[in-house]
Amino acid sequence: MARFSVLVFPGSNCDHDAYHAVRHVMGHEGRFVWHKDTDLGNPDVVIVPGGFSYGDYLRCGAIARFSPVMREVKAFADRGGLVIGICNGFQILLESHLLPGVMLHNAHLKFACKDVYLRTESTASPYTSALRKGQVLRIPIAHGEGNYHCDADTRKRLQDEDRILFRYCGADGSLDDAHNPNGSLDHIAGICNEGRNVLGMMPHPERAMEKTVGSTDGRFIFESMLRHAVAAAG
Amino acid sequence: MYLARITVTLRPSILDPKGKAAGEALHQLGYADIRSVRIGKHIELRLDVSDESEAHALADEACRKLLANEVMEDFTIHLERI
Repeated sequence: MARFSVLVFPGSNCDHDAYHAVRHVMGHEGRFVWHKDTDLGNPDVVIVPGGFSYGDYLRCGAIARFSPVMREVKAFADRGGLVIGICNGFQILLESHLLPGVMLHNAHLKFACKDVYLRTESTASPYTSALRKGQVLRIPIAHGEGNYHCDADTRKRLQDEDRILFRYCGADGSLDDAHNPNGSLDHIAGICNEGRNVLGMMPHPERAMEKTVGSTDGRFIFESMLRHAVAAAG
Repeated sequence: MYLARITVTLRPSILDPKGKAAGEALHQLGYADIRSVRIGKHIELRLDVSDESEAHALADEACRKLLANEVMEDFTIHLERI
């Protein structure tokens, strides 16, 4: 059984969705870890959930970065542990420099809350191994600041090192501005770090786990993580 | 004591949707001569140090560490002895 630790910051609001996905849908171990705690509970995977940590004051994720628990998350990631940041969790990982770049306000200024399509750009990661390259997923987004931006060098590195795992696309996998929900550079929806063990993505796979909510495509990402956890344990 | 007045602004190359929206609103109000609007943040720190260079170093460190994200923002510091 794989162990997932779900971080909880003041203002997190997708922590219970992530816990539900892990515990009740996938049937694995899940626990919450308060942002002031320094014991991650020996997990296989750390989930940095979505929400509005610290009310998004100053910049999204900027204050959560300095929570005591984030030191442990950084050490865990440095040892190769799996860390997935979803939505505000992605913003926190960017501010923590566990991933490169920043999130700007959505280009159209609106909060975007809808299902989007994602194209799997790389299957070479612990988060996408259960997917096919080019596979299109339908997963919801809910954010006001998801307009990914980075400098030209970082952009080139992400591309050259195959670190863009998901791009926003149309239902048929086509890339065009009409299907870029926030103005993200190169349609980027999710990227991983150099070691490929840290993923940040704006869409919410934990909200696409059951037919009753419209899509089960998020399961591919959780199944990929479980594969990795089982392989690492074996 | 020093008062540090810090201005954090988005770098010129970075899209500023809030500034753009405010600019469009001003144009709708008839202010055709206002060419563009950029929106930033004003932050004030009271620093319990007696030396100006020390005050500047402290404010600068606070900006680099937390108050500004240098990937997308620039900052300026103005010090006043209080």
